[in-house]
Amino acid sequence: MLKAYAAVGLGGALGAGLRHVIAMSAWQTLGPWFPWGTLMVNVIGSGLIAWLAAHALTHPQGHVSRWHHFWLAGFCGGFTTFSLFSLEALLLWQRGQAVLAAFYVLLSVSGWILGAYVGHILASQKHRH
Amino acid sequence: MLTATGLIGVMLGGAVGAMLRLWVGNAVTRRAGTRFPWGTLVVNLSAAFLLGVAFGVWQALEMSLDSLGWEVAAVGLLGGYSTVSSLSLQTLTLWQQTRRQAAIGYLLISATGGIAVAVLGYLTGYETSDALAQALG
Repeated sequence: MLKAYAAVGLGGALGAGLRHVIAMSAWQTLGPWFPWGTLMVNVIGSGLIAWLAAHALTHPQGHVSRWHHFWLAGFCGGFTTFSLFSLEALLLWQRGQAVLAAFYVLLSVSGWILGAYVGHILASQKHRH
Repeated sequence: MLTATGLIGVMLGGAVGAMLRLWVGNAVTRRAGTRFPWGTLVVNLSAAFLLGVAFGVWQALEMSLDSLGWEVAAVGLLGGYSTVSSLSLQTLTLWQQTRRQAAIGYLLISATGGIAVAVLGYLTGYETSDALAQALG
């Protein structure tokens, strides 16, 4: 129980820290007009969690299985963020960019699911070989 | 701007947020069961509401988003408390269990609900801070 919380806390710290670095870099290189950073981490994080979950199922004695608190709820959970996504959609809308806000929401939601699907497929293919 | 202090602040906030997510998620799942991802839904909607409140407070008091306070509370704590990865994985799993309506419903309620409660939180935070600031002069 305590070990699960420690693993999730550690993974969450690393995930959130990496998200911050990526968001800041995206903001500086791609500009502040669109939340590329959050979009990227959420799509990548969705792909990664689906890959890890499928991998853990096929390798029950493996590293990912034994460290699933750290990797899934911790790292992937802290790396991705739903609250900042909601706030950024609200911010674009508040700035009078309603079309861009709608585009952000649609691109995000479809990107999350596509990311998870690709991650799942990649893990299943690897298992078949 | 990316600073070492800001990064440490985000990581500390993220650690607490992620542990809080585990705790709230478990508490909700214990009551509501595992057939539907109520835990993540409650976590994400409460996170979006609270981040809306925080942003309202910050804007009403004209505080900078490029500050350690915002990095710890918003980017770290509330950012790490909420999650998209679990939402995506749970949607995919519901879909693969051929519970298509539950999958689409979960995704739609999350996305539209998240933005709606963020607006609600923003108005709450902004109006409350504004009234408080005026009352205190």
